[in-house]
Amino acid sequence: MDVEILSRIQFAFTIAFHYIYPPLSIGLGLVMVFMEGMYLKTGNVIYEKMTRFWVKIFALIFGIGVATGIVMEFEFGTNWAVYSRYVGDVFGSALAAEGIFAFALESGFLGILIFGWNRVGPRVHFFSTIMVTLGSMFSAIWIVVANSWQQTPAGYHVVGEGINARAEITDFWAMVFNPSSVDRILHVWSGSFLAGAFLVTSVSAWYILKGKYIELSRASFKIALLVALGASLFQLFSGHRSADIVARYQPAKLAAMEGHFDSLAVADMYLFGWVNKEEQKTSGLSIPGGLSFMTHGDFNAPVPGLNSIPEKDRPGAVNFVFQTYHIMIAIGMFLIALSLYTTFLWWRGTLFDKRWLLWLFVWAVLLPQIGNQVGWYTAEVGRQPWVVYKLLRTSDALSEAVTANQVLSSLILFTLVYILLFTLFVYLLNKKITHGPYDTHNEDHSPRHLEMADAVKSSHPTNPS
Amino acid sequence: METFVGIDYATWWFLVIGAVFTGYAILDGFDLGAGALHLFLNKENSRRIALNAIGPVWDGNEVWLVIGGGALFAGFPEVYASLLSAFYTPFMIFLVALIFRAVSIEFRSKEPMLWWRRMWDVSYCLSSALLAFLLGMMLGNVAQGILLDKDHIYRGTDMAFLNPYACMVGVTALALFMMHGAIYLVMKTEDRLYAKLTIIVRRATIFFVISFVITSFYTVLYIPHMADQIHDSPSMFVLPVIMILAIANITRMVAKRKYLLAFLSSALVISVSLMIVCLELFPVILYSAGAPENSLTVYNAASSEKTLGIMLTVAAIGVPLVAAYTTFVFWTFKGKVTLDETSY
Ligand code: HDD
Ligand code: HEM
Ligand code: HEM
Repeated sequence: MDVEILSRIQFAFTIAFHYIYPPLSIGLGLVMVFMEGMYLKTGNVIYEKMTRFWVKIFALIFGIGVATGIVMEFEFGTNWAVYSRYVGDVFGSALAAEGIFAFALESGFLGILIFGWNRVGPRVHFFSTIMVTLGSMFSAIWIVVANSWQQTPAGYHVVGEGINARAEITDFWAMVFNPSSVDRILHVWSGSFLAGAFLVTSVSAWYILKGKYIELSRASFKIALLVALGASLFQLFSGHRSADIVARYQPAKLAAMEGHFDSLAVADMYLFGWVNKEEQKTSGLSIPGGLSFMTHGDFNAPVPGLNSIPEKDRPGAVNFVFQTYHIMIAIGMFLIALSLYTTFLWWRGTLFDKRWLLWLFVWAVLLPQIGNQVGWYTAEVGRQPWVVYKLLRTSDALSEAVTANQVLSSLILFTLVYILLFTLFVYLLNKKITHGPYDTHNEDHSPRHLEMADAVKSSHPTNPS
Repeated sequence: METFVGIDYATWWFLVIGAVFTGYAILDGFDLGAGALHLFLNKENSRRIALNAIGPVWDGNEVWLVIGGGALFAGFPEVYASLLSAFYTPFMIFLVALIFRAVSIEFRSKEPMLWWRRMWDVSYCLSSALLAFLLGMMLGNVAQGILLDKDHIYRGTDMAFLNPYACMVGVTALALFMMHGAIYLVMKTEDRLYAKLTIIVRRATIFFVISFVITSFYTVLYIPHMADQIHDSPSMFVLPVIMILAIANITRMVAKRKYLLAFLSSALVISVSLMIVCLELFPVILYSAGAPENSLTVYNAASSEKTLGIMLTVAAIGVPLVAAYTTFVFWTFKGKVTLDETSY
């Protein structure tokens, strides 16, 4: 295998692994803000217990997110040196801003969030929770802006030629607000909220099924359910807007997403299907003219297909893009249905009566994770063969100084390390969850514990169940 | 060329990056050093205290590396690209060591079994030491220069990074961080552990002084382009003098139990070491050994004036903010370590 394919595999693998964790941190952060907010508002200790419990899980997730994120930052330079030279001027500033504004914020306050319970008052602690959450949301902004610039470049001009060509910034705000960034940030954020919310509902549902910590779990389930409801509905809206942008700026990607080959013809929208690239045929269950309608508001409007684009400029893995895209949509629709139905049961007062539904929630934690992964696959594989859309090809973006052997070794190394990391992560997560929110020892030994309980407005202590 | 108080943007950005990496070396330096010393502490409780002394801050310290990497990428993309692709292998090892270190700190306390704790202790200590060594080694290679062609692409061999000079700088960095880390731990501990650490401080200081002297002679004798700069500007002699005074001050302050001053002295030693390297290289950032005309300098590697201007604004807003909450966090966790239920 050559350097190009190895570097692509390595980048895809390391970023996909990294992307397991940030969405959980961002989403869990938001849910924790609500939990701790409820504690300050009601003074009910179950909210405090719940916050402390999730902070511990957050710490575990966050730690791995940071460790794998640093790999990403340096991989641009190690494996994609030409690309780094090309884009450095434009989005180096986004990455630097990310470091200064976002990572420093979250990592700084993280110390207080995790270790500060007995060192600062409840309000300062709450403030730290908010700061960590904001910090993680900011991280998403800058990195997605950088990626969006690659998808829909704006606010730059190209100087130099050949290997010395590079993009230089001409308008900072045009670069930041390039056509796709706002919609994609919103989409990524709410995908993250889904990941965090469904983790909380999953664990809470499991406790309820096992008859443990019932009162606490019901309360946390409800908080997370509300987040899930809002985020899943918003996901449809922001995803639709992203699709609009793709249709306008990346017709090749759009055509691959729906397996649409004809140069210019009415295009269908599939619910599911299979693309045969050789025969240029897509079969499956479709809404005739659906894609035409989505892009032009007219079932009979023609949409440019893959054949209208020179072979060397279109994504190769058409079926892959098609499948990942449709899995994402299916998951999105399912999550909307699930949250709406469950909220309806809550309103009816029968929220926790159906065991099958709780079991469904236990497993539903996987869906937003899969959705987030396949969403990125669609966006990134659909962008091929370009690294920077229409400007720089992936095959031209590599490090010339690096050999295939080096990349193969590092790829093997990362695979082994990440397998180990993931195994330990799952093991420890499972352990924390089985251990539950109540510490058996030390529970009331923390010097500021009582003070904290007094400081909140009114305290109606509730028995831990 | 656009300037600000008489200095052009590219040089400013060089200074900013220098300052960020100095900040990184001072901050992560003490927790890497504390990590490298970890196995010298024998008792379970001592190890726990040592870990919790860095517990709330190490992650924030590491962010300076992230910021430095981002700042280099943004300000000098050519350097970022050439340097990282040239040092592909050591960087990959570096990244893996960072991962191991992070998870060792995180995972160690999660199980009570002896073998579990031993395993993470060893992994934590070795990865910290390896990181300190690799940082120094890369600095050594940068000081010495690497082979670049006219497109600034690295043309040396895969393993060229592993040369005696670079390794010597690596050892010096390890010694420096161990000294720095030991002082930090002294500041955070009491009683018997404290007494033990004062001895470790003394030994680490000796270790550092010896390796520092060897490295200095090595540089003057064998790395001519660095030595030339010293010849050309006699003021460069001031810095080593400050350095020697600072080193002498460390043991004095430890003996007087003025740890904060001792800590500041070792921070000064770190800043001065890096300053010496920067000044000796300037305006070159990545020296091309063998073909000096291919070197990457502050001028031929910089981003456009516009980008530099934007980022200087970002830095002007961001750095004080970061400094403010870093101070706030350190202040919150000031004083000796006490273990409670939130500890590692
Ligand atoms: C700022 C830049 C940036 C950001 C935020 C992301 N990526 Fe990306 N991605 C790249 C920059 C990039 C790249 C450096 O430009 C790559 C390397 C090779 C390529 O073609 O694009 C790439 C490739 C790439 C590939 C391989 C595509 C192929 O080779 O066919 C996958 C699967 C992903 N990415 C997945 C992700 C995921 C899961 C992300 C979510 C966190 C993500 N990317 C964020
Ligand atoms: C190629 C792209 C990416 C790079 C270079 C990158 C880089 C990094 C780095 C260096 C860190 C560690 C920072 C620290 O020390 O705190 C990190 C962590 C983080 N990243 Fe990424 N990242 C990428 C993709 C993403 C994306 C797409 C998101 C969000 C949607 C994201 C969100 C986060 C968050 C929230 C953290 C904090 C740790 C955590 O919560 O897990 N990153 N990333
Ligand atoms: C409900 C219907 C949904 C629609 C119509 C939709 C639409 C889209 C489209 C068109 C893209 C590609 C954007 C681009 O290439 O620039 C995308 C990307 C993405 N989707 Fe979705 N999506 C939906 C649901 C979801 C869900 C449920 C998740 C995860 C929980 C999710 C996560 C993502 C992610 C992480 C990306 C990559 C980032 C980006 O490009 O914005 N999506 N989505």
